[in-house]
This record gives sequence, structure tokens and C-alpha cells, in this order.
Amino acid sequence: MTTVLDRSKAHSESDVQQWLRMYRQMLMIRLFEEQVNDLYTRALMPGLAHLYTGQEAVAVGICEALRLDDYITSTHRGHGHCLAKGAQLGAMFAELLGKEAGYCKGKGGSMHIADPDTGNLGANAIVGGSAGIATGAAFSAKRLNTGQVAVCFFGDGAMGQGLLYEVMNMAALWTLPVIYVCENNLYNEYTHNSETLAGDMLTRAVGFGVPGERIDGQEVRKVYATAKTMVARVRAGAGPAFLVCDTYRFHGHHVGDINREYYRSKQEEQQWKTERDPVKLMLDWLTTEKVANRAQLDQIQNEVKAEVEKAVQFAMAAPYPAVDRVAQDVYA
Amino acid sequence: MTLGEAVREALAEEMRRDSRVFICGEDIAEAGTVFKVLTGLVDEFGKERVLDTPISEAGFTGIAVGAAMTGMRPVVDIMFGDFSTLVMDQMVNQAAKVRYMSGGKCKVPMVMRATLGASRRSAAQHSQSLHAWFAHIPGLKVVLPSTPYDAKGLMKTAIRDDNPVVFFEDKMMYKLKGPVPAEDYTIPFGVADIKRVGTDITIIATSSMVQVALDAAKMLEEFDISAEVIDPRTVWPLDEKTLIESAKKTSRVIVVDEGYERYGVTAEIASVIAEGAFFSLEAPVKRIGAMHVPIPFSPPLEDATIPTERQVFGAAKALCG
Repeated sequence: MTTVLDRSKAHSESDVQQWLRMYRQMLMIRLFEEQVNDLYTRALMPGLAHLYTGQEAVAVGICEALRLDDYITSTHRGHGHCLAKGAQLGAMFAELLGKEAGYCKGKGGSMHIADPDTGNLGANAIVGGSAGIATGAAFSAKRLNTGQVAVCFFGDGAMGQGLLYEVMNMAALWTLPVIYVCENNLYNEYTHNSETLAGDMLTRAVGFGVPGERIDGQEVRKVYATAKTMVARVRAGAGPAFLVCDTYRFHGHHVGDINREYYRSKQEEQQWKTERDPVKLMLDWLTTEKVANRAQLDQIQNEVKAEVEKAVQFAMAAPYPAVDRVAQDVYA
Repeated sequence: MTLGEAVREALAEEMRRDSRVFICGEDIAEAGTVFKVLTGLVDEFGKERVLDTPISEAGFTGIAVGAAMTGMRPVVDIMFGDFSTLVMDQMVNQAAKVRYMSGGKCKVPMVMRATLGASRRSAAQHSQSLHAWFAHIPGLKVVLPSTPYDAKGLMKTAIRDDNPVVFFEDKMMYKLKGPVPAEDYTIPFGVADIKRVGTDITIIATSSMVQVALDAAKMLEEFDISAEVIDPRTVWPLDEKTLIESAKKTSRVIVVDEGYERYGVTAEIASVIAEGAFFSLEAPVKRIGAMHVPIPFSPPLEDATIPTERQVFGAAKALCG
């Protein structure tokens, strides 16, 4: 690929590569979710799909600050976290379609993708349910002295779960290398969090002596920069941290949540989509800063699109697991 | 050696053998648990491996699940089995399902120790026997030792198992004495133990009910009724073969368990016998479990809720009559 970059600005080559990588990753998640939406609405995908669209900068910015062997735990809205941590598109789609070639041999599905090879200990369909697992992974990292950190992704809905506060307390007591990342997309399913959250989110962590920060989760560079500092501090042994990323889910709670004006207005959605779209914000920045030219960005888009399409085709053609596999993997 | 000492010895030996093993729970370090089962362990292994936790059962059980998934082998101490309610999501939706949901990629080698059993005058929230709940869930294994020998061998197997194992110890049995060999041994899961050989009736019993069954068997002896007493030792995996064979041999079966009778372990085992030995049976399988009431405080009331040797004796005599 021969593209001419305008390096008149003082951008280092490694910065440029990193920004483009983050842009590519966000775009990949965006296009992945568009495909999921399409598959689902054409009744080709079974079950439920909770799309990550609109929140891409959070997963990408944070995972960019992690090592491959660092741990994450994810949520029912987890496709973005899995991809950002390094999951392959083909095995992702295959899992969503319940195919043998999927990350969990089709046994987990959209809400349970786990990929230990990339440190992903699993998406979790119980809201806040993985807070213990992430903290336990940090416990292992500390005991085994591996230098790993664990990131626990959850939504603002999980702020209502007691488990989160139990483990945050222990993580602080035992100085565990874990970062609790709250993706505040404003809605607990179909309820605005003004109806579910008392007081201030950040202050809750402060009560445990856990330092917290609240940032704009739509700016991937901001998320990355914050995560980078936080990860370094946590990895160095400072104990847990809490990060609230303000973001927005562009779709409903799940694909079937279409008529949602009773809980949020079209106007509000439109405003986020036009003004606060993390992919577009990054694209604009890359262009304005002349980090990449239009042709180069188009090429990235075309490449990612082709990868996603190829992955869907692979997954569609992949076989279902043989029915006799149903009783396998219950016990180790 | 007492049953409590056997549990402690198993834990100590496994902790010496494998540095990844640690115990966590409430008041387990210097206090050595409320039942003093773990007394002294903290002196040998330190507070990092005998880890006192806040009163956060769900939290530390969840941490154990995550630690187990990432290279450690935790043993979680749940002071009273009644507090199982607080850890159910972590055990049922997380620990039990991680293996399967991940398509076999992850494993959860952890042990949850809990107590069960009534008759300590501790009333409704400190006396239940809730092991059937866990036995209901695919992905978990459930162990109920009835002797010091079994407790030690089964605990070692539990710690070495790569799956989440729930290990129930009867609070009233911690002082029960029995022989335990000095050398290292384990007892495989899913192998029932015939505690007493007999020919006229089979009494299948778990945990402290094994002693009840043995006492009843002695009473039956005076009436020339030869009772066989079998302890499944693990209710999942369940040694169906041994139970069915005994039922076929004696043709009469009583199942005794301290959990609630309805929808409980006695019901499950009775159905296993009915399906596997129906045409050899002289009488319907008789179940004896805890009464379907919250465990009461007042001593005469509490005593009325749990199976006794007289009750088992009476039921056996009626079946053999």
C-alpha cells in the first residue's frame, strides 16, 4: 500500500500507526455490529443481540492500553470488548450463529464469548456478574506475580449490583491490579439511569479509597490516554482504579428494541449520532490533523469491510456442532 | 482423628503439595472458623493463603471463581450452608457454567466448603441442609462425607478436581472420631461406600444420616432384620450402580437425607432406585428427609423436624413386616 502521509505535523510514526490501528478497530466493531444487525433482522441469527455501536471508543481505547495477556471480562453487550482485545471476526460470527467454529463451539453465543488466548475471560449475561471474576483474575496476577492487570467492563446498570461493591472493597483492601470500567450509556435496559442511580457514580469508588476518573468515552484518544496512565499505575501495584466513560448506545437495548421513544427521544439519539459518534470523531480528527488522507482512510474502510464480509461468509457456511456434542464440556 | 481434624489435615497437605491452593472466608485465619476447623493453618501458611475476608460471601466466592480460572486453586469457606443463598449467582451462573459456555476453554478448579445440618438450636437461618440445590446444577459436583476417613480423602479429591466442587460438612459431626491413615490417599467421586452389609433392606443415607442409619440398623438387628447401609458420599456424581445393585439384592429401600424431603436428594435417589430396580422391589421406596418447615428454634420443635434412628427403624420395620 502506497499512501502519502502528510507528516508536516509532529506526529511520530508510532503514534500514527497507533491512531490508525484504533480507528481500524473501531470501524471493525462498527461494521461487525452492522452485520449482526443485518443477520438478526433477516432472522439468520438466533437468540439475542445487544449491539455495541456507539461505544466503540471505550473498548478500543482501553484495550489499546493493555497487553495481550492482560485480562478482561465483558458484558451482554460484549462484541466490542472481544474484538478490541483481539478476537477474530470469523470465530466471532460463527459463535453468534451457534456454529462449531465459534469461540465457544456454539455453546455460549453472543453473550458468552470467551477467548483465553487474548485474555478474555468471558462476556457475561448477568449484569455486573463478572466483577468477581475480573477481581479474581487480578488476585491471581498478584499472587502469581505475572504483572498482568484485569479490566472489568460493565454498564451503568451494574452500578445497582451489590457484588461490584463487595469486590471493589476487597480489591482495595488487597491492592489488586484491577480496573473497573463503567460504560455509562445512560440507560439500564429501558430505564434512564436518573431513575436508578442515586448520588454520584465516582464517589462510590472514592468511599473505598479507589481513585476514580470520569471521561468522555466517545474520544478514543482520550480514553486511551487515560487508560494508559491508569493501567501503568495499577500494574505498578497502586491497587484498583475506577473509570467512568460517558457514552451512548446507538441502537436499542437489543436489536429487537425498536420502538423506544417511551424511554428516549429520537432527537436525543440523533444528536449523539451526528455529534458524538466515536468513529466519525476519530475520522474527522485524523483528517483534520492530516494524519491520514482520504484515500488511505477509504482503503482502511474497504479492507475492514472486506474482512467482515469474508468472516460472515465463513460463519454462514460453517457447520453447526454435531448434536452429540451437547453433553461435552459440562465438566473438565 | 475427628472429622474436623481430617478436613484440616486434607487442606494442610494439599496446601503443602500445591502452592496454588489457598483458603478464603470469614474468620478463618486466627479464629480458625467459628467451628475451629481451620485452627493453626494460618500459622503454617500465613495470612495470604488463609485469607480472612470481609462479610461478602458473593464477593469472595466470585473472586475465587476468577482466581480459579486464572491459575489458582481456591477453597472458599462458607460458614453456614444457609448463606449459600448469597453465593448462588457466583456458583450457579458463573462457576458451574464457565466450562460449558466457553466451549471447554476455561476451567474452574475451586472448592466451596459449607456446613449443613440442624439440631444446634440455631433456628431457621443457620440450620438448613441445602446441598440438593447444588446437585441440581450441571457443572457442579457435590460431596457429603460421613466419616473422618471419607472427609479427608474426598477433600483431597475435591481440591485436585478441575471443576467447582461443593463440599458439605455437617456441623454436628466435626467431633466425630474415626481412623484415618497417615499416608496420602484420595477417594474418587461417584463411588458409594457400603458402610454395613445386609440382606433384608437397604438404607441409603448421606452425611450425618449415615450414623442415624447405622444406629437404626443396630436396632433392626434385634428383630432379625439385616440392614445394608450405603453412603453415596457424592450426590453428584452419583454411584447409581451400587445403589441399584443393593436395592435388587435386598428388595426394600429407605433413603435418608437431612435436606428437605420435597424435591430433594431423597426424591432423586428414590427415582433412581425405582427406574433401576423396580421389578426387584417388594415395597415402594421410602423417603425420609427434613420436614417441610423452616427449622424451628425451640428444642422439641427442632428435634421433630429431622430424621431420627427411631424413625428409620420404624420405617424399616414396617417395610420388612
